[in-house]
Amino acid sequence: MNQIEQVEDVLAIAEAWRAAGETVALATVTETWGSSPRPAGSQMAITASGRMAGSVSGGCIEGAVAEAARETMTSGVPRLLDFGVTHERAWEVGLACGGKVKVFVEALA
Amino acid sequence: MTPALLAALQAARAEKRPVVLATRLPDGAQSLLPDPAAPAPLAEAAARALRDDVSGPVILGEENWFLHAYNPPPRLAIVGAVHIAQALAPMAAGLGFGVTVIDPRGAFATSERFPGVTITTAWPDEAMDAFAPDTRSAIVTLTHDPKLDDPALDAALRSQAFYIGALGSRKTHAARLKRLRALGHDEAGLARIHGPVGLDIEAVSAPEIALSILAEIVAVRRGAAMGQKAAA
Repeated sequence: MNQIEQVEDVLAIAEAWRAAGETVALATVTETWGSSPRPAGSQMAITASGRMAGSVSGGCIEGAVAEAARETMTSGVPRLLDFGVTHERAWEVGLACGGKVKVFVEALA
Repeated sequence: MTPALLAALQAARAEKRPVVLATRLPDGAQSLLPDPAAPAPLAEAAARALRDDVSGPVILGEENWFLHAYNPPPRLAIVGAVHIAQALAPMAAGLGFGVTVIDPRGAFATSERFPGVTITTAWPDEAMDAFAPDTRSAIVTLTHDPKLDDPALDAALRSQAFYIGALGSRKTHAARLKRLRALGHDEAGLARIHGPVGLDIEAVSAPEIALSILAEIVAVRRGAAMGQKAAA
């Protein structure tokens, strides 16, 4: 059984933020390799105003994910981000643990 | 994700209905399953994700999908609204378990002692019928009283609960197994009971005992070696 029990209910927070008039994006870990810190299904919600809830790693890539999320909020186009240490140098960040993750970013709209 | 789809997902979670949010990558087309209108391969993959309780990517034909399995939270029934239960209930809730405390002794099973926890004062056999343990349920008996613990363990052994634990010394446990044998349970069934309950971390205080119990429940749930019972 691999269901993850979140520390916070990210979806409920995202819903509440949107109800309060915020522009919201969701980021979800879709795939992991090696010793990545959070399993597939881990989520983070981000607002245009800079609020964040949940996590998609141990803190290594949240900043870059938030940046991509802000672009998705503006463009409305979802993105599939690839993070790793061994390839994909397009991003300035990676996972110190040597794992790799894919993160899907979508607007809540 | 559209707000309407998020609302539907949240409604399913609130009603404890197992659902899968399927997202096609990378364009983000989404649907919530089960859905009679879904194509068979997607429906089957979603059913498998729920059964295995694993979220992850799948390739269906030429398409990449991410299947996010939302199963209801695992549940823990604590029989005996005793001191250890007061430590165990909030710690288990923190680990994501839906907690039910069972104790017909109304003086123990009060919302003052167990704030925010589901409490039932029915007799354990009836309470366990209502709790209806399944493969995502754990049951721990803490009363030390055979009149209360035994009916709960009897019901637990007849269920698919993934974890059954009983507080008590080795001597108490041996006597308990003898009584449960008399109720018709065989050795394979009785071997499912973790007793003395919890991982051996030399726990002394109630929160420490609660921690050892929860550590054992997590170990069993995740398939860790230390969750396996030593040969009797």
